[in-house]
Amino acid sequence: MIALLIRDIRLAVRAGGGFGLGLAFFLIVVVLVPFAVGPETTLLSRIAPGILWIGALLACLLSLDRIFALDREDGSLDLLASAPLPMEGIVTVKALAHWITTGLPLVVAAPVLAVLLSLPEAGFLWLVLSLLIGTPALSVIGTFGAALTVGIKRGGLLLSLLVLPLYVPTLIFGAEVARRGAEGLEVDTPLFLLGAITLFSVALLPFASAAVLRMNLR
Amino acid sequence: MVVDLGVSRGGVPVLEGVNFSVEAGEALVLTGPNGSGKTTLLRTLAGLQPPHGGKIVVPDSEAITYAGHADGIKAVLSVRENLDFWARVHGGKDIAPALDGFDLQALADRPAGSLSAGQKRRLGLARLMVTGRPIWLLDEPTVSLDKASVELFAGAVRRHLEGGGIAVMASHIDMGLDVRVVDVTPFRARAQVTRTFDEAFL
Repeated sequence: MIALLIRDIRLAVRAGGGFGLGLAFFLIVVVLVPFAVGPETTLLSRIAPGILWIGALLACLLSLDRIFALDREDGSLDLLASAPLPMEGIVTVKALAHWITTGLPLVVAAPVLAVLLSLPEAGFLWLVLSLLIGTPALSVIGTFGAALTVGIKRGGLLLSLLVLPLYVPTLIFGAEVARRGAEGLEVDTPLFLLGAITLFSVALLPFASAAVLRMNLR
Repeated sequence: MVVDLGVSRGGVPVLEGVNFSVEAGEALVLTGPNGSGKTTLLRTLAGLQPPHGGKIVVPDSEAITYAGHADGIKAVLSVRENLDFWARVHGGKDIAPALDGFDLQALADRPAGSLSAGQKRRLGLARLMVTGRPIWLLDEPTVSLDKASVELFAGAVRRHLEGGGIAVMASHIDMGLDVRVVDVTPFRARAQVTRTFDEAFL
């Protein structure tokens, strides 16, 4: 299992692995927003939590189809399926590797980019915390979507359409935590709900993904 | 080992009533024209798809390893890293004998993406040795191998069989091995399409 995690991270970091892809996309979105809506600080600081969350979500979405498609193409997925690893374990490790190479860099980059959108000082902690809690759910749900579409060539469009509705609750509560935090309001309720979504996804979806993947390998 | 097995592809039965058994130290070669179901049979034996009917009896379901048309090689990893990964997944066997067995020592630090088709195939076959599993299922193992490499491969299979291993392969090339040949053509399923809802849906 650890060998698989190390391999996936190594693959992502090497040339053409897509490590910088999500991060670069996030950067582009956040840098372009002030140009598009104008440099008004009050407006920017009000929409900052939402923009940062949308940027992070779309950046996550961008690299989802790599999770299984590449392994499927070169035959590794068949070989992994017959290796002494449980399919649920493979799926979990894949999601973890996706989070480490996509979600974690976004969490780290978010406070830096939040400065560009003049997010109020009080919001920084909550923005980072909400992304830290929310992005694992994005990776796990995305892995499920990737498992569903693994047999389809160029299934990226279908994958996005399948996964986006499942991302909505995470987006709502994640952005809500960041917004309330920035405005100095109580954050408990959305924070707990965000945590609940993440725990629920992490606990259940690997089993669904594994079942779907087995079916798609036939 | 295989009793009255039926296999299907995409919901359509391909083979039925397949019966054979393989003892330890024995190699079996499946033959038949293209599309006769050799690959489907091997994938079913490997547990990648459920049988359509019948039974596969193996002493231990963890005993099988499969080498298909694709070698499962990552282009950006070196030969050694590729092999090392599979060795660790299968419990950390030493990769040196596999590198030697397929004459890959000199290529060990090259990125696998820069290898030729035959060299990649050798790497894919070397993976079999690091899995340490007794039953090898091989789908056209000698594709794109030159004569010398086929010799290397035949040697590896011979050593594997001498160690009590089993090899079941779909192949058309005579490798100079002492093998039993099973032609799958007579087992071809009659033209009946059993489309249950489940299979049609999937």
